[in-house]
Parts: sequence; C-alpha cells; structure tokens
Amino acid sequence: MTVDLSTTLGSFNLSTPVLTASGCAASGKELDSFFDITSIGGIVTKSIMQNARSGRPTPRMVETPSGMINSIGLQGPGIDEFIENDLAWLQERGVTTVVSIAGNTSEEFVRIARRLQSHPAVGAIEINISCPNVSNRGLVFACAPQSASEVVGQVRRAVGNDVVLLAKLTPDVTDITEIARAVQIAGADGVSVINTLLAMSISSETLKPTLGGITGGLSGPAIRPIAVRCVYQIHQALPSLPILGMGGIRSGKDALEFIAAGASAVSIGTATFGDPLAPLRIQKELTEELSRHGISSVSDAVGIAHG
Amino acid sequence: MATILANKREGAYHRLILAAPTIAANVRVGQFASLSVGGENTGMILRRAFSIHNVNTDSAQGQTLEIIVSGHGPGTRWITEQEPGKVLDVVSPLGKGFPLPKSPANCLLIGGGYGSAPLVFLAKELKKRLCPVDFILGASTSDKLFDTMNAKRESRFFEVFTQDGSRGQQGLVTDSLVEMIQKAETNVIYACGPMPMLEAVTQIATRFGVVTQCAVEESMACGIGVCMTCVLPIRDQSGVTRMMRSCIDGPVFRGDRVRFDAIGTIPDDCVGAPGGSV
Repeated sequence: MTVDLSTTLGSFNLSTPVLTASGCAASGKELDSFFDITSIGGIVTKSIMQNARSGRPTPRMVETPSGMINSIGLQGPGIDEFIENDLAWLQERGVTTVVSIAGNTSEEFVRIARRLQSHPAVGAIEINISCPNVSNRGLVFACAPQSASEVVGQVRRAVGNDVVLLAKLTPDVTDITEIARAVQIAGADGVSVINTLLAMSISSETLKPTLGGITGGLSGPAIRPIAVRCVYQIHQALPSLPILGMGGIRSGKDALEFIAAGASAVSIGTATFGDPLAPLRIQKELTEELSRHGISSVSDAVGIAHG
Repeated sequence: MATILANKREGAYHRLILAAPTIAANVRVGQFASLSVGGENTGMILRRAFSIHNVNTDSAQGQTLEIIVSGHGPGTRWITEQEPGKVLDVVSPLGKGFPLPKSPANCLLIGGGYGSAPLVFLAKELKKRLCPVDFILGASTSDKLFDTMNAKRESRFFEVFTQDGSRGQQGLVTDSLVEMIQKAETNVIYACGPMPMLEAVTQIATRFGVVTQCAVEESMACGIGVCMTCVLPIRDQSGVTRMMRSCIDGPVFRGDRVRFDAIGTIPDDCVGAPGGSV
C-alpha cells in the first residue's frame, strides 16, 4: 500500500515527518555526502546565536548506557556567518529548513529571529529555550511558564504572524504541559519535545566530573520513554498544539511510537552520530511500519494512542 | 558493511583485516574508519574510530582494509573478540589524510604506542614520492610497540624506545629527536601518538624549523563533523584560534597550529570565547 507521508506543523508543510534534530546534523552539508538530504522531511539546524561562540571545554562527550551526555555549549559561527554560509547553502540545495535559535536574553532571540524572518530559506524557526549547556545551566527559560512565554511572546511580536515558530521544551520540569500551554498562548505554532535532560558523569578513574562542562545533556534511546511520556501528556492536554517529537528515536518503530503519542513529525538526533544514514533509514522503516498497520497517511496515526 | 577476514593478536593489540570493496580504493593515508560495536541491541550507541593501518586493492582476498585495535574499553574489546566471517558496520574513509610533500623531502615518522598504526602505510606513500624515510617508535612497554619490523624495513635511520627499557633504548621518542633531526637532515616530521608526545615533538621540531604533521586522537561521537565534540584549539594561517573538529578538519594538523597548552580549555583569544574579545 502507498503511504502518504506528508504532514504539517501548523501552517508548515512537510513532505515527510522525519527531520534531523538540532545539534545532530550541523547545517546539513556533512550529512548530504551520505544521503540526499532533500529526501527527508527537513533539516533542523544547530542552534545559532547572535555572535560566534566557542562552546565549552573538552571533554564534551561521554557515552552512557544506551545514550550519551554532551556538553558542547552551542559552538557556532554567529548569525551573520550562518546566514552567509549555511543558510545560503541550504537554500541553494533546496532543503526544507527549520532554523534553531538560542539566546542569553529574550532580546537576543528577537534580534536573531528578525534577521531570519523574511529569509526565503527559513521554513520555520525553532526557539531553543531549553539548552542545558548554558552558563545558568539548569535554569533555562523553558523551566518556568513565565520566562518561556516571555521569550516566545517577544519573538512572536517581533516577527509577526507569517513565521512558523516552534518552542523547544525541556523535560526537566514538574509539569511540561504547563510550559507548553504558556508558549502556545504566547504565540508558538508548535512545540519541539524534548531537549536533552540535565545529567552528569563522574570518571571512575579520576573521581572528578567526566565532562569539561561538569554537567551536560543526556540523549539517546535511554531518554526515549521520557520523551514519549512528554509528547503524550502535551497532546492530551493540548490536542490542537502541533508537536515535533524527539528523544532517542533510532528506528521506524520508535518514530511511530512518537506519532501515536501525538507528534505530527519527529526529529532524529543522537542516532545520526552512530549511523549517518539514520534519518533516511528511519523514514523508510516508518513507511513500512505504517503500511504494516494498514495506516495510509501519517496524519491518521497522529495521537492514535489516545482514547 | 565489512566482513572480518582475519583477527590476529599482535602484542597488546589486534590487527583486523576487513573485506572492504567499496572503501579501500578511496582511502588516503592518515584517514580513519569508524566501527559500530556491541551488536544489534547494544547499549553502546557510538562508533569507535581507528586510523587505517593499511589498504590492499588487489590482494587474493579482494580489496581489504586493516585497522589496529587496542581493547581498552568495552566497545573496543568487543571488536577484538569478533571472529572472521562476522560482518561489521564500518564507515570509512573519514577525515583528511597526511599531506604529502610535492618534491622529495627527508621525512621522519614518529609513533607512540598504537599511534604507529598508519605510519608504514605512510612510509610507502612517501617512498613512492622519492622521500627518504626515518623512524622513531616508542611505547611504555615492548608489547605496546607496533609494526617495528615493517617500519625498520622502510627506514634509513631507525630507533626504538620503551619507557621500561624492555626493548630498544630506555626512554621517550623525544630523547634522540634532536640528534635524529641533525643526522637525517629532517625536513618534515609525521607524528601519531598521545597528545603529550605530539606536543613535545612539535616543540623540538619547531626549534629546528621542521614542520610537524600531527595525527591527533580525540574522543568523538559522530566522526563525520556534525556533533562538535572532538574539537581542539587550532590557529589558522592568519593566527586566529578556532575550536576545530579533529574528525573532519583533521585528524592531521600542523603541530605548530595546535594550541597544545590550551587543550581542555577555551583560550581567551579563541573565536567566540566567553572571556574573549574576538
């Protein structure tokens, strides 16, 4: 049976529900030498900030059971170089692009969003208010409804209603639906769920923190059940809020689990580190899974686990 | 995907010969391969990276790729335990190789531990370009030396050091470096081994105006340039320091461009440094 893979996140149309996850595909160029990146739903670029940023000291990574902790710290070239090089390349290549943005203040988010709002290559903006690798680590904007809605609201007012905005949320909160509700009211078209969990590792040799940044973000299959729970809870509480689901997806079955929980599309993150072809493979497996269940369209599967 | 043709213990290491028909012909010396570990339902989600020891494009076994594995953790140990016939998931070639001289130059190859893995392959490529090749190999103990016989065969001058004196001279590869540079009239050094060795070699070589090409080993998650974990502070041609990826911008860097003293930190003058002005 043919399966219609097309899906939407608000008014943002996607040819397939499989995207890369921010920070796990750079700006797409490297992956394009492994597979045609225009054949998946889209690329979510690594979070970009106003200025060039070196990130945190090494070691920046430690493997953990079925996962890894990273403390990269948003290394990037800054918005000017990003637009000139990365975004220009994505535009020329014809890639459906979600640009992830990060800032130390809501004003920084606004400045970056304004630079991107009328760029023809930008399909949507993902507002990363939940990166754990920042100086006030753990106390990210997405930890409280008020700070989350302040950032999203200011960006919305600055860019008007024509730009699709997704807010990326952290699971490190008591009730993620409260945050989701706050950003929806503030003007988000959808939510990206979940960012990494704040985590750490202590070396059994040195008995000191393994990572240069002390703490980092846990990702990979280890966090998948938490991510599925978050997607399910948000879809239950806010059925009209589109969800881009992510967290440890490494097979088509995993992707369908997120869609059944309520995600309209999924992002593939850490799996790409272990398998550069993961996004393409997962898309193929997802198609087979939908077919196996006799589901002819992705939209028919969204939230199917509920009621 | 690559089938194991042979898995032989050599001293403290294992030499794996893999059938790699789509890979071998594209490899340049100094590039690396990354291997999945642990089997299908493993909790080890990341690949392990190995410099390519050798390729053969017309052996009786077809096109082959060889790597040297030190089983020092659960993932690498899993690889050393795999039998011939087992199919491994291999991504290769990755990274940039060693830059080779355009005209004949005296080349000194220095390897620490299994860092010597790519050096005989390199020596052969250099000799094709009519470059005289000399070697200094070292390790903590004799079982951790690798490929000394083949290195000696390719060498004009050849020296071996172990820290415990169990083979060759007792000491470090740098102990005879000044003398070697002078007697061999070294123009270029290629070094591969632990970071302190690369730093010490570069310091001495730079004093004598000798260019050092260092292959670094940094822990990496992806190996393909997307994750930004394997970064080092590297100066570019104009002297500006950036955190560069050892997987895709390296793993070979000119020693005098590597900010060895700043590894594990973000130097203040690095582009985008938190305390910096750039």
